[in-house]
Amino acid sequence: MAENKGVMVCGEIIEGKLSSITTELLGGGRGLADALGEELSLVLMGSGVGHLASEAIAFGADKVFVVDDPLLKDYQTDSYVAVMEKVVKQVSPNILLLGQTAMGRDLAPRLAFRLDTAVSMDCVELSIDPESKLMLQTRPVYGGNARAIYACEETRPQMATVRSKAMDPLERDDSRKGEVVSIESGLDPSLIRTKVVEKVKEEVAGIKLEDAEVVVTGGRGMGSAEAFQELEALAKVLGAAVGATRPPCDNGWVPSSLQVGLTGKIVGPTLYIAVAVSGSSQHMAGCSGSKNIIAINKDAEANIFKEARFGVVGDYKKVLPAFTAKVKELLGG
Amino acid sequence: MPNMIVCVKQIADPEAPAGSFRVDEAARKVIPASGVSQVVSPFDEQAVEAALRIKDAQGGKITVLSLGKDFVMDVIRKPMAMGADELILLQDPAFEGADSRSIAYALAMAIKKIGEYDLIFCGRQAADWDAGQVGSGIAEFLGIPSVTVAKKVELVDGNVRVERVVTDGYEVIEVSPPLLITVSNELGEPRYPKLKGIMAAARKEVPTWTAEDIGAEPSKLGAAGARIKLLKLFIPVREAKCEIIEGENPEEAAANLALKLREVKLI
Repeated sequence: MAENKGVMVCGEIIEGKLSSITTELLGGGRGLADALGEELSLVLMGSGVGHLASEAIAFGADKVFVVDDPLLKDYQTDSYVAVMEKVVKQVSPNILLLGQTAMGRDLAPRLAFRLDTAVSMDCVELSIDPESKLMLQTRPVYGGNARAIYACEETRPQMATVRSKAMDPLERDDSRKGEVVSIESGLDPSLIRTKVVEKVKEEVAGIKLEDAEVVVTGGRGMGSAEAFQELEALAKVLGAAVGATRPPCDNGWVPSSLQVGLTGKIVGPTLYIAVAVSGSSQHMAGCSGSKNIIAINKDAEANIFKEARFGVVGDYKKVLPAFTAKVKELLGG
Repeated sequence: MPNMIVCVKQIADPEAPAGSFRVDEAARKVIPASGVSQVVSPFDEQAVEAALRIKDAQGGKITVLSLGKDFVMDVIRKPMAMGADELILLQDPAFEGADSRSIAYALAMAIKKIGEYDLIFCGRQAADWDAGQVGSGIAEFLGIPSVTVAKKVELVDGNVRVERVVTDGYEVIEVSPPLLITVSNELGEPRYPKLKGIMAAARKEVPTWTAEDIGAEPSKLGAAGARIKLLKLFIPVREAKCEIIEGENPEEAAANLALKLREVKLI
């Protein structure tokens, strides 16, 4: 496999911009590339996306492969797998990184199987083993109860999808130099077997969960849809986004787009206030990147207190209104 | 009427308390906790439910396929008790030590042996190793399209209409069968088996197929077919350093918490 060289990132574009996971992957990928003394490249797929190449270089890429085709406007499994297969076969990277996003979790396994290699999904840490020079792929398993470290010894590229907020982007540096290479998609439209007929946005009004600096989350212990209105009140005072664990979503108390956890959103705010949240591993997988976790729970033994910086043991029905009132007073509201 | 196949996995109950979870670091294996029951992986139950909703609307036949060992028959028969028609088990020492790829290969070979299919359902990921690769892998081995993380699946005029969950909502995707779909929890709660269903499921013959039965190449199965190597398995250390804020009563503790957050400049 001596011929496989370089770290390649599969980029994602959201609303005409490089998505945050892409700059994070470029930051993490830069470290891997430097450890190996190899090049870092980015693949940009889409329609009218070439102008983003300079931004990718500013965020750490040495080379940007642009595949521009109107057929790539929307993510579709068949078209994106075919294009990535072509690019990987042409460039022969040693490592290929994707985001653990709606696109990456769909694209990565099919691409890995087609290339006859393997991928580790939802990695939280990647490093280069100093001796073997293999990429060590760390991922949570069993809902976050354990961690596993994998290596792909024989086949190339070594592939991983990376959880959002697990890696830090580099400072943008517009003086960085890099090369832009255009690659033909070579897509045959008849190979695209699925058709996206509609896109429905379910975004809740207010601050986006993934971008919020403060998140207020309610758990199963909230007990009802009405109880979440009290959380909304606190969120309003703090300028926070509201989140939920899985049970309130499954019970229909809140829309499923509020779910924070392994199968929901991954958040990393400065302040994460968990109310009536037990702290299951599945939930913590979505919020353990928070800088300060605050727990309010009546069960002193709840797992959330093992993860929290500050906590109050008490019934949220009594604690929450008093807390909201005091915060409002302190913030001069 | 559609022929449907649902792939399910039997796992240790993922809702079991985290404190009961142990690993054998030397063997790189999870130690089965005593008293933790076996269940059908929750996303796989939702995959069964997705197939049953189509059967409710249009009729059809549902065959459940499960690869594993140490099957608890009452547990693995549950999809049949919910309303699936048949269950086939895949069990062979040759399947052991597999990664997602070699499992997907074995399931794809078993599906080829079943022969006729319009829709194949899997859970979005097994709630033990959380890899989320097997569904896409089966589709790749069979050369059929796949749609992942579905919250609704319908058959409309012979076409499949899938609502696929994405970050800010969902996409509606149309595709003609055959097709593989992975199902997410947004689909909603799976139905409970009724007593009649449980009794009927208990009476059904459950064939077990081996690697030879499905015509699989030994070099592609289990550890031999795996492309990824598990180097280490461990339980991450948690730092227990939570400062509990006290008060005369819950209201005072709440106010003290707010003051504390102010003091450390978090608000």
